[in-house]
Order: sequence, then C-alpha cells, then structure tokens
Amino acid sequence: MNKLLVPILSVLAAIGFAVSVYLVFFYTPLDFTIDHDSGRLVGTSLFFNETIMYFHVAHAFVLFTAVFIGGIASILYLWKRKPVWDDLAAATIEISVAFGAVVLVTGSIWAKAAWDVWWQWEPRLTMSLLLWLILVGYVLVRKFAGPSADRVAAGMAIFGMVGVPFIYTMVGQDSHPGSGANGVAFTLKGRMVVTFWVAVATFMIWFVALVITRVQGTRAEREVRELRERALDLGVIE
Amino acid sequence: MLRHALRIAWKDLRIELRSKEIFMTMAFFGALLVVIYSFAFPNNPAAVRGSVPGMLWVSLAFTGTIALGRAFDRERENDTMRALLLAPVPRLAVFVGKAIAMAALILCVAVIVVPLLALWLNAPLFDYPLELVVSVAAGSLGIAVVGSVFAATLLKARSRDVLLPVVLYPILLPLFVAGTKCTEALVAVHPNLEVAHYWMGFLGIYDAAFLVLSLWVFESLVIE
Repeated sequence: MNKLLVPILSVLAAIGFAVSVYLVFFYTPLDFTIDHDSGRLVGTSLFFNETIMYFHVAHAFVLFTAVFIGGIASILYLWKRKPVWDDLAAATIEISVAFGAVVLVTGSIWAKAAWDVWWQWEPRLTMSLLLWLILVGYVLVRKFAGPSADRVAAGMAIFGMVGVPFIYTMVGQDSHPGSGANGVAFTLKGRMVVTFWVAVATFMIWFVALVITRVQGTRAEREVRELRERALDLGVIE
Repeated sequence: MLRHALRIAWKDLRIELRSKEIFMTMAFFGALLVVIYSFAFPNNPAAVRGSVPGMLWVSLAFTGTIALGRAFDRERENDTMRALLLAPVPRLAVFVGKAIAMAALILCVAVIVVPLLALWLNAPLFDYPLELVVSVAAGSLGIAVVGSVFAATLLKARSRDVLLPVVLYPILLPLFVAGTKCTEALVAVHPNLEVAHYWMGFLGIYDAAFLVLSLWVFESLVIE
C-alpha cells in the first residue's frame, strides 16, 4: 500500500491535469454578458484572461495550505523535537517555493491582461511576494546553515507566519477580484465551479504526492548516512 | 529576571565601551553610506524629501545587521554563549539582556547616522524631532529583538554572516515599510502628523508582537 500511494496519487494528478486543461478550454464558458441596450460586451473582473485563473487560484490554495502545514510542523518540531515534524516542514516549504513561483508568474500574466501592468504593489501581491521571499530564505537556510539549520529554519517559519499578516494591512487598496467573503471561490457560477474545484483537487493531490516523496527522500538520506557511519565504525568501508 | 537581564546588558555594553569596536566601525560605515547616497541619488531638495526616508531605514537595516553579527560573534569566539545559557538565571533574562544591549548599540549608531543625513543631504529630518526619535527608537528595538533571536540561533551555523540578513530582512520588512512611511509623512512638503502617528503605532504593535513571540520561542531555538 505504502509503496503504491505515490504512484497512485501521481497518476490521479496526471489524469486530473489533463481533465482540467480540457475543462478550462472546452467546457467552461468565458464569464461575460452582452449588454442588450448598447450591444457591448460586459466582462466581470475575472473575464480578462479568465482561463489562467483556474490554475492561479488553485496554486495559491496549495501554497497557503503548504505554508500553514509547514508553520504548524515547525512549531511542533520546536516543541517536541521529533525529526518527523522537521522533515514535514522542510518538505512542504521546499515544495511551496515552486507553487509560489507559479502563483506569482500566473498572477503577473493575469494582471497584465486585467490591470495592464505586470506588477502592482497591492496587499495580496505584496503579501504573496513577502511570503515567497520568506520561503526562499527558509530553503537557503536549510541548505547553507549546516548543523543548526533545523532550528533557524523553524524559527524563520514561525516568525514569518506572524510577520506576513502585518504586510497585508499596510499597503494600499486590495484590487484583487473578490476579496474576503466574496472570494473568487465562492462567486463562481455554473460550469466554472466544476472546473475550478477539479483544478484545486488536481494540484492538491499533486502536492501531497510531492510531499510524501520528499519526506521519504529525506528519511532515506538519513538512513544512508547512519548506515555509512556504522560501516565506518565497524571498519567495513573507509 | 529584569535584574539579571540588565546585568547581562550592562556586561555587553561595558565590553563595547572598552573596545568601542562595533560602535566606531558601524558609525564610520553609516557615514560612508550617507556619502554614497548623496552621490548615488539626485541631490536636490525635492528629490531628497522623497528618498531620505528610504536612506534612513536602509542605513538602519545595514548597520543593525552587521552590528548584530559582530556582537554575537564575541559570544562565539570563546563559546561564552554556552556559559551564558548554562548560567543560573532564566534563559529569558539572557535574551532580554542581549536585546537591550543591541537596541542601545543600534540607537547609538543611529544617533550618528541620522544627523549626518540631515546635514549632508539638507534633509528636513528634524522638523519633528520627537516623532523622528520615537520612530527610530521603535525601529531599533524591533531590529534588536528579532535580530537577537536569530543572531543567537545562527551562532553555530556555517556562513552565518550572509544568512543573518537573509533570515532577518523578510521578517523585518513590515517594520522597514512602516518606518519609511512614518519618516515619509514627517519630511513631506506638507507633513502629516496623523499619518506619522498611525505608523508609529504600527511600529509599536509590531515590536510588541515580535517581543512576545521572541520571549516565547527564544529558549527552544537556542537550545541544541
């Protein structure tokens, strides 16, 4: 079972990816209406490049889930000092760097279509960027800090979690489509809902598969290191 | 606990008073920064009003991190950090003492750098001295608190000199933004005290939040 889990999840994600690409381009109508009086096309703020939104928001969902899990795991690691929490935090945060990069890039493309600028210092963009910088810093610390990397990284995750909401309150007006309770996820209509949640599920499954693989990799690394040390002690290898 | 903390802070400040190493080098470094700014950025009065808040807070960030790194290096050289942590005082006292000493040191450097900014760039920084001093003090305190936690945690790490800013700046970013906006409101053509007070309050809340968090996690971060 355990050996089959990652392949099964990966296959599911691959199927989900193909299905969601199909749904995005051939199944879901674009979100606009024709105004009867003027005969002009009226788009919602989503209409601009709507197709990219399904991947953008799905990746953002995964990003925030990953960061949340990573933060909780970091707290648990500092508290209990069990390597399993450290492995989980390292894996989720490392992978969230990739998802964060996708969120920023797809968001930029969307923004060029909707706002006619690639970047705007708007709360959610600034917050996502700061979050991503913290994640990259975390990975750098893990890679280069040596023996105390686990503690520094855990501290960074916890301090970062507290710091990120600050930035949200401090820069300008939120011009993202649908903030808070009117969030994009709750205002979609008809076929858009199906496509949206298929995309979210796909990337969530993909994320879980990646995390499991990463944790297994870390464990394997540790086992090899311990075996090597034992072999050195016994004089089997030099 | 506060007595122990003050004693540790006094120990650090006394070392510094005798050698003056960090203060002298950082003040000189800060002065050099101001010279570089005055050549690197447009130097007319209108442009200075726009850029001097950023210069002030960038100087604070640079001098603060280097000072932190050097100050904690002293504890590493003879492995005295271990001795401090083993001392029969609450570990929180060690942290509070270190943070007080660092805040004092960063403020001393700011006392040199900020007037130099006003002098060499003709910046109207001292039109509202009280607000300026309070916001810079709050900023220094925030840098010292968060910085002490991570400088202490990074003590044994490889390449800690580069990692300290890598870790600190993303976490301190809200503080720098708030500080810059506060100074911006003070040096604008039409100074807006209401905005400045809002950002001073923000700095206060940031400091309080991170002080509580630091007190809470310091011990579990520095223990191996």
